Formats: sequence, C-alpha cells, structure tokens
Amino acid sequence: MNKRGWIFLIPAAVFGLLAAGFYAGLGIDPNVLPSPLIDHPAPRFALPPLQGEAQGFSSADLKGHVSLVNAFASWCAPCRAEHPVLNALAHTGRVPTFGIDYKDKEELARAWIAELGNPYTRIGADDGRVGIDWGVYGVPETFIVDKDGRIRYKHVGPLTEADVERTIMPLVARLER
Amino acid sequence: MIDEIGHFALVLALCIAVLQAVVPLVGAARNDAALMGWARPAALAQFLFVAIAFFALMHAYAVSDFSLANVAANSSSMKPLLYKLTGVWSNHEGSMLLWVFILALFGAAVALFSHNLPPALRARVLAVQAMIGVGFLLFILLTSNPFLRLWPTPAEGAGLNPILEDRGLAFHPPCLYLGYVGFSISFCFAIAALIEGRVDPAWARWVRPWTLAAWCALTIGIAMGSWWSYYTLGWGGWWFWDPVENASFMPWLVGTALLHSAVVVEKREALKTWTILLAIITFSLSLLGTFLVRSGVLTSVHAFASDPMRGVFILLLLSFYTGGALILFAWRAPQLAGGGLFAPISREGALVLNNLLLATAAATVFIGTLYPLLLDVVAHQKVSVGPPFYTMTFVPIMIPLLVAMAVGPMVPWKRGDLLAAFGRLKFAFLATAAAALVTLAATGARSLGAACGLALAAWLLAATLTEIAERVHLFREPLPAVLRRALSLPRAGWGMFFAHAGMAVVIAGITGSTAWTEERIVSGRPGQSFEIAGYTIALDRVSEVAGPDYTAARADMRLMRSGREIAAMHPEKRFYPVENGAATGVAIHTNLLADVYAVIGDPDGTGAYTLRLYYNPLVPWIWLGAAAMALGGLVSLTDRRHRIGAPVRRRRGAVAARVQAAE
Repeated sequence: MNKRGWIFLIPAAVFGLLAAGFYAGLGIDPNVLPSPLIDHPAPRFALPPLQGEAQGFSSADLKGHVSLVNAFASWCAPCRAEHPVLNALAHTGRVPTFGIDYKDKEELARAWIAELGNPYTRIGADDGRVGIDWGVYGVPETFIVDKDGRIRYKHVGPLTEADVERTIMPLVARLER
Repeated sequence: MIDEIGHFALVLALCIAVLQAVVPLVGAARNDAALMGWARPAALAQFLFVAIAFFALMHAYAVSDFSLANVAANSSSMKPLLYKLTGVWSNHEGSMLLWVFILALFGAAVALFSHNLPPALRARVLAVQAMIGVGFLLFILLTSNPFLRLWPTPAEGAGLNPILEDRGLAFHPPCLYLGYVGFSISFCFAIAALIEGRVDPAWARWVRPWTLAAWCALTIGIAMGSWWSYYTLGWGGWWFWDPVENASFMPWLVGTALLHSAVVVEKREALKTWTILLAIITFSLSLLGTFLVRSGVLTSVHAFASDPMRGVFILLLLSFYTGGALILFAWRAPQLAGGGLFAPISREGALVLNNLLLATAAATVFIGTLYPLLLDVVAHQKVSVGPPFYTMTFVPIMIPLLVAMAVGPMVPWKRGDLLAAFGRLKFAFLATAAAALVTLAATGARSLGAACGLALAAWLLAATLTEIAERVHLFREPLPAVLRRALSLPRAGWGMFFAHAGMAVVIAGITGSTAWTEERIVSGRPGQSFEIAGYTIALDRVSEVAGPDYTAARADMRLMRSGREIAAMHPEKRFYPVENGAATGVAIHTNLLADVYAVIGDPDGTGAYTLRLYYNPLVPWIWLGAAAMALGGLVSLTDRRHRIGAPVRRRRGAVAARVQAAE
C-alpha cells in the first residue's frame, strides 16, 4: 500500500457517519413539529365573531384560567374527525374551549357548527393573520394556554380520545394547580 | 393454494440465493471450475422461483383474493384489471417483491449473456449479486411478507389510493426499479474486480452495457414519474425536489458520471479506482433511495409505507452492502495499478471535468435531501429544504457542465487543442448568440434568465449537430458517401448524439416552463369563457359521469384561438367511493410547442366551479428530450463492441494461457 492509502478510507468513514445519523434519524417522528411559541405569551389579537353570533374571540378571553384553543376549518376533513372528541371534552366542562375558524367561509362554518354541534365557548373568524401569529401550520391544531396567558402545549393534527386522556387532561390539571 | 406455492417459492429462492452467494465464491478462490459452474444454474433457478412468487401474487391480485392481507389492504374487486395487476407494486410488500424480481431477472440475464466473461469473474459477479438477493429476500420474508393470510376474509378490499390509479404511474415503478436494480450489476462487477484486484479495458467494456441498460431505464422511470406528477397533481408542476424524486435523481447523476468514466478506463486505462468508487456509490444511492422511501425517515407524499422496524432492517442491509463495499474498496483499491497521466486538455480531461461536475451536482442534491434529517438528529431542529436551495446550488453547477458538454466531444484523446476545438464550434457560437438575441428581442430584457437557458440549449444542440455532421462529412462529400459514413459510424457515436441533443431539448423545455408559464385561477359558470395566452377556453357545461370505479364532475370545454375551435377539453374531478378519496383528471391540449392545461375544482355551491388554467410553453420538450436521451442509451447499447469486441477475445486467450501455465 502506498503512502496515500488513507485517502481510500474516506468513503467508508463518511458512510459510517451517515449510517450513524440514519440510525439516530429512525427514532425521530417526522410529524412532530416543535412550536417556538411554547412558554411564550399567546399573541394579542381580537377576532370578529362568525356572522350571527354575538361575541368574537380575543386575547382577553384567555386571562385567569387554563384554556384550550383549537384552530379548525369547515374545509378540513381531519377537523371533522376530531370534532366529536372536542364535543365530548366540552361536555365534561373541565376546560373552556375556544375556536379559531381558520381561513374559512363564514356561512360554511356556521353550517358546520349547526351540523356537528358547538364545543366552543367562543369562536373567532380568522382570515389567516391571527393563525400566523399563533404559528398555525395546518388545521387542525390545538393549543393549551395557562392562567397567565402563556402557550404551554401545541398539538398538530386531529385530537383523539387517547390524546385528551393521556396528554391534555393531565396537563390541564397540572396547570390549574 | 397458489398463494402458498408463491410463498414457498420465495423461501426456496432464498435458499438458492444463499448457495449462489457462497459456492461460486469459494470456487473462484480455489480456481475450481466445478464450484464456479454453480453460479449460472443457481442464478437461473433463483430467477425461476422469484418469478413464481411474483406471478402468484399477481394472480392473487387478478382474482381479488382478499384472504391475502396485502391484497385486501390494497385492492378492490371494482378495479379495472390493469389497475388490479399494477396494484401489486403500489404498496410496500409488493413493490419489494418487484424489486427482488428485477434483481433476479438481472442475475439471470448476466448468467445467460456472459459467455465471453472469464469464468472466475462471472462466478464472483453472480455470487455478489446473490448476496444482495439474500438480504432482500430475507427482508421480504421477515418484515414485509405479501403472502400473509387474513382471517376472517373480508368481502371487499380497501382499494388503491386513487391518485395511484393511472396508466403512467402503473409503469413508473418497474422502470425506476429496472434502473435502480440494474446498477446492482455494475456494483457486482466493481466488487468482483476489487476481489480479483484487477481492472482493465475489457472489464470496463463488460460493465458498460449493464450500466447503460440501467441508465436508460432510470431515465425513462424518472421522466415518467415527472410526467405523472405533471398531469395528475393538477397544478402544472413537473419536478418538486421532493426527497423521493431526489432519491431517484442522485443515482442517475452518479450513474451518468459512471458511464463516462468507464469510457476512460476502456480507452485509456485511467480513472480505475474512481470508476470502481462510482459504481459502488451509484448502487448505494439506489439502496439509499429504497431506505429513504421505505423507512419513513423523511416525510414525503411518497412515503406510503413507513415502519421503523423495516427502516432498521433496510439500514442494516445498506450498511452491510455499502459499508462492506467501501471497506473492501479502502483495502483493495490502493493496489489497483493506476493508468498513465494525461493532459488536462484532452478527451479524458473533459470526461474528468464531466465527472467532477456531475459528482458535485449529486452531492448538492444529497445534502439538500439529507440535511433536514441530519440537522434534526444533531440539533433537533426542523427545517425544510426547498426549490430555492437547488436553484442556487444545482443550477450553477449545471451551467459549466452544459458548456463543457459541447466542447468535450470536440477534443481528441490524449492531447487536444482547445483553440482548435473552439474553431470547430463557430456554428455553435452563432446559434448561441442568435438564441439569446431572439429571446431577448421577442420577450424583453426581463427574461434574461430565459435567454441564458435557451442560449445554453442552442449551444449544446448546435455543437452536438456539428460534431455528428463532421463525423459523417456532411456538406463535404456527396450525399451517398455521407449516408454510408452515417451508417458505419459506431452506434455509440449515435448514442452520444441522441443523448446530448436530448439534454439540450430538456434544457430548453425547463427554461420555457420556468420562465413563461401563465396561470389563471377563476371561478367559472357554464356558459362563460376565459382568455389565457391568446387562447379562449369556453366552459360549456359540467355534468356528472360515472367511471369504472369512480364518479366524476366532468367539464365540457372548448379550446379556441381567434374564434376557431381547436380542441375539446374535458377536465374531471373524480371521487372514488371505495377509498373515499378524490383525484384530479387534468385536461391537456398540446401542440408539442406548448401545453394548455385545465383543471376543474370544487363547486362553490352557487353553480360556479373553481377552474385553474395554465399555459405551459415548451413543457412537452422536457419529456421529448428525456425520451431522446433514453433512445441514445438504447442505440449505444446496440454498439458492435458490446457484442464482439476484440479485447474480449484477446483477454480470454490470455486467461486460457494463464490457466494452462498454472496447470
């Protein structure tokens, strides 16, 4: 072997590093999106109500108690899947639930609520700007906000009963203490 | 019953592959002709049994045998027969079986068409190929078995993702796999050469047809995939730098480099270790593509089957084959005798430049594809790398490549003269300037990028035409003599002509579609008409129609230009009840210079529909050019030197002499 033989080791070494990276990568769920807003105060906003409703939804509504904020839209199929879970959660009365109707047509949203039931204490109609402030990436997304109005948790995708039991309820109980 | 035969045949194929991986290798090490002789019949038998398994699964799909879990999950009795059959590879288990089927097919082809190979080389190539077969057969049987039964048997299957129910897509995976898996042969030749410790021009000549065949299939496969996304995804795009597209593009780039560097080994006995490394990397990137798609480490629309257990298994396979090959390379490559030095301005110098640029291009795609994953591992940050990254890194590498691609073939072997080469490119300089000026004059200074793109395409096309015209003495001799020369030109010369000219056409198509696509999104009611790029599209009515396994809202549109009707267009919005899914049926009218592309969206409830209308200039050239490139590969494949080739015979004589001497 000549003096420059080590050059021929480079491809194997590079591959070794890559393979280690791949192995570590296998343990990561690509669907988990972190939110840079976790532990930061919720953005200040004031959303108008859906047509025909009395009250909109603004940052003031989040003061003094733990809240669940759910971004949804009538055009979103996974939202339809998660709706019964929200209804059941609202029925327990454990935590006030607020809705951000994201980039939606108001009459369709109203028809949707009329059809599936209304789990929300208040709903605000958002043309997309407030959603951006919240870091909404795609509907549905659900946030837990603590008593001081700070975002403490973000869930991407439809909530399931298991999510509510294992994550949402324990977190709400902890934050209320 | 047939399912069990298929399952059993797969297990038998595994046993045969184990024998084929071990016995010929021992035979080659001991120079035992009897043991080496095992390789060919074993390769043929392995193919036979994998084929039995493959067609057993296909039979289960054809008769909608929902007692197989795989069929129940991925088919339905309402499918047209074609989509039932192609449904075999629309899912993870079936597509892995197709992968192994093609692997065994290539093994059998090497066994059948390798009569001029020295027996030891042939034995080693087939043994290494069987090692790959063992790994993937084990993978199928242990983690992804398509022959598992389901009880109770459901009355109806869950169906196929509607977006996959398409003629273009039906044949996209087999082509892609022919390419991916075809590179396994180049890989096996490289490993066999490392074991033997010898690379010579004859070796390069034997590898070349296999590399060419794989390259052609991959070219067609990538083009089909891009065409499919163009006409089914419904927004006029044809390339997304999606991780899975990149996974097929990286082996193509490195495989292209391999094709060119193998020529240098053949003609000048140089670049040997580099060529071996390229052969290893090309197939490793094919394996990596399989890993990325099948393990779900990257999010992508294509990742329809992701399972961490399978990911670990494929990673083990990847580590074994690539890691093993690279360690063997580190150990043996330094001992390969290097070729002579050569001048930078020469054909081989130009090919080195080609290799450097293609390898760098592949590296940028590699980094763009894997950076998000590796960053997530190291720093737990999520990023996504999109088209802007590739525009800034990949495109600047392509420009010198295209410039050099025109000059390279003009430079002779050993020692060239750049000035003389440029002298022969007078016509190409003129064509380039003309293309740039005409583009700027016609569309204004804002399409500077487009002018550059078209100028590059003109440069390459004109240079390629000049090269072939000079070789056949066009305009210098009477026509019959020119024709005689054209016919007697080596097929590889014509292959290069078609491939390089096709590349020029692709560049023109990409430029046109990037610079001048027009798009209109309108809300339209029947009776209205819309203008786009000088065309008028009249929406006459929208009606409900029933397809074989879907219902659709189908629009009747008339495409008109200056008041005259040119074509009827019928875009559809399809709904598939079994799968509860929707798909877009795009209507495309093409005149081969530009496409008019229409998509119908959802009704808004008041009788109007969202319509998306596109005018895509030069887009058809992307696929015409890709077809010309693949044709070039096929023409080159028929070159006389692959069939006979004097060095092969000389070498066989030499081997025979050595064997006699040894005895």
